[in-house]
Amino acid sequence: MGHDAQETDAAAAVDFKEVQSTEQFQELRRRHRSFVFPLSIAFLLWYFAYVLLADYAVGFMSIKVWGNINVGLILGLLQFVSTFAITGWYVSYSNRKLDPIASEIRQEIEGHEFDKHGNPVGGTAK
Amino acid sequence: MTLMVPAVDVADLKDTTLLNMGIFALFVAITMVIVIRASRNNKTAADYYAAGRSFTGPQNGTAIAGDYLSAASFLGITGAIAINGYDGFMYSIGFLVAWLVALLLVAELLRNTGKFTMADVLSFRLKQRPVRIAAAISTLAVCFFYLLAQMAGAGSLISLLLGISDWGGQALVIVVVGALMIMYVLIGGMKGTTWVQIIKAMLLIAGAAVMTFWVLAIYGFNLSDLLGGAVETSGNPNLLNPGLQYGKTETSKVDFLSLGLALVLGTAALPHVLMRFYTVPTAKEARKSVVWSIWLIGIFYLFTLVLGYGAAALVGADTIKAAPGGVNSAAPLLAFHLGGPLLLGFISAVAFATILAVVAGLTITAAASFAHDIYASVIAKGKADADTEVKVARRTVVVIGLLAIAGGIFANGQNVAFLVALAFAVAASANLPTILYSLFWRRFTTQGALWSMYGGLSAAIILIALSPVVSGAKTSMIPGANFAIFPLSNPGIVSIPLAFFLGWLGTMLDKRKEDATKQAEMEVRSLTGVGAEKATNH
Repeated sequence: MGHDAQETDAAAAVDFKEVQSTEQFQELRRRHRSFVFPLSIAFLLWYFAYVLLADYAVGFMSIKVWGNINVGLILGLLQFVSTFAITGWYVSYSNRKLDPIASEIRQEIEGHEFDKHGNPVGGTAK
Repeated sequence: MTLMVPAVDVADLKDTTLLNMGIFALFVAITMVIVIRASRNNKTAADYYAAGRSFTGPQNGTAIAGDYLSAASFLGITGAIAINGYDGFMYSIGFLVAWLVALLLVAELLRNTGKFTMADVLSFRLKQRPVRIAAAISTLAVCFFYLLAQMAGAGSLISLLLGISDWGGQALVIVVVGALMIMYVLIGGMKGTTWVQIIKAMLLIAGAAVMTFWVLAIYGFNLSDLLGGAVETSGNPNLLNPGLQYGKTETSKVDFLSLGLALVLGTAALPHVLMRFYTVPTAKEARKSVVWSIWLIGIFYLFTLVLGYGAAALVGADTIKAAPGGVNSAAPLLAFHLGGPLLLGFISAVAFATILAVVAGLTITAAASFAHDIYASVIAKGKADADTEVKVARRTVVVIGLLAIAGGIFANGQNVAFLVALAFAVAASANLPTILYSLFWRRFTTQGALWSMYGGLSAAIILIALSPVVSGAKTSMIPGANFAIFPLSNPGIVSIPLAFFLGWLGTMLDKRKEDATKQAEMEVRSLTGVGAEKATNH
């Protein structure tokens, strides 16, 4: 427990506004948002396009493609495929582009480079 | 291709009652031992509410799937596909796609900024008391609606699975389910509850997998033949096309759109799902949890597609509708058709375990929210120590458990299926806008949060009260009266945009500015995990 308390104190002394304004953090924020926002809009549009087709284009959805399998079933199964694919894509993007920079910033903060009292110490902060 | 459809005699089902009860008792005995063993290390508040943050991503992901795959989604979706074909499948897709919101926008950021409850995140950089109270009220509302739906559903499930049709017998079983749930949550806390979810999810998915494989084997692993069989038995080629359920009228089409909106945006804001993200040690494990749950839930819904059409082909819609439990009986009847009493007993026991596990998850969430948000922060003004808080949480568990039992007995036989849809609509309207705004919009203020949360919550509830699910139709809760001036059964399409708008408007009109330092802290913490709550080691 004593260990926990120490870490909380360390976090409390951090100048978060300064961290927020660093180029490194702005880059992390930009990478995160430029990935999750467009992708969220895309999958929501794709889902509601599917729902609207099922609601208002029953004829199209009922066209048989192969045996008893129709367009509706294929599009429905593609919703599963796209969900699994987006999941995999996000995980690989996070591992490559977000996690390394996030843990770098975290280490710098925990290494007291952004303490409120005094300027950033150490040479690694650019 | 002609397939004999052997009659499934409903009377046969009653002979299996003892077997069903035996398998269920075995499940209770095994999980109880695990819960008691897991509870030995429950010391601090973090242990009780968040299982010491010691679960791994895959474990927590399985537990999330356990929380999410309620009896309504297993029995309900299989039955909906068996009776309404394609539209039942379409319903399941909304439940799956919704998880992308949790994965991309909510899970990790929430894990990094919160401690025990949703309110921790929402009140992080806004005024503590009013925002915390609003978040707790909406948490309790969602849990209450969801809990009542589960407990009321338990009654009809009992009549189906155990062959107990008299009111007193059903009430007794509801009491037993409620009492077991209270014991799990009291003794095991979040750790015990999580283990129950994990075991139940594995049993449910394994059972569904066996049945899916079996059904596919009957049709030579040819999906097209299975669909053909379903059409042949039902005599309705439209079973494979959209529209049987939601395409009846122009209103029902808009209603489905509204439901889809609430499902997709509500899932990532369900308090009992959000609370699960605190049971893992890091944001990365929270991400892994969602990935696991997306795979498990997705695969499970693919199983229900086969099971639903399998039940339509092998059991037949007429037999299903005539059975006690109606639509919900599709999966159990299919199990009986395939594997006789033993498979039916297994599936029934799993369905029971499902209700038990889901109500346990809801109860601990509601209790945590009351003790942590209302008692500790508001009533005791932050002066309560963790031990007192946990004590309050445990007492709340008992109170909620008793309320759930009473509600379940009272609502037994009532048509309360709309409560699940209402829970999703409230989560999407009252919670999600504020979660997203406070994570991503720098200017967002307390007034915006309060307008959005109270506005979304009351809009969803008022619109439901004025809708045909409560009055004005033969299937309404109060069929005798008619004050249904809102035509849709799902309020989401109105209440969700309204809540987003109110959040924006409240912020723009707010003369107060929020603390920029707190905003910086929340943003840095949410993306980097600095100062996030660590796992407790024992």
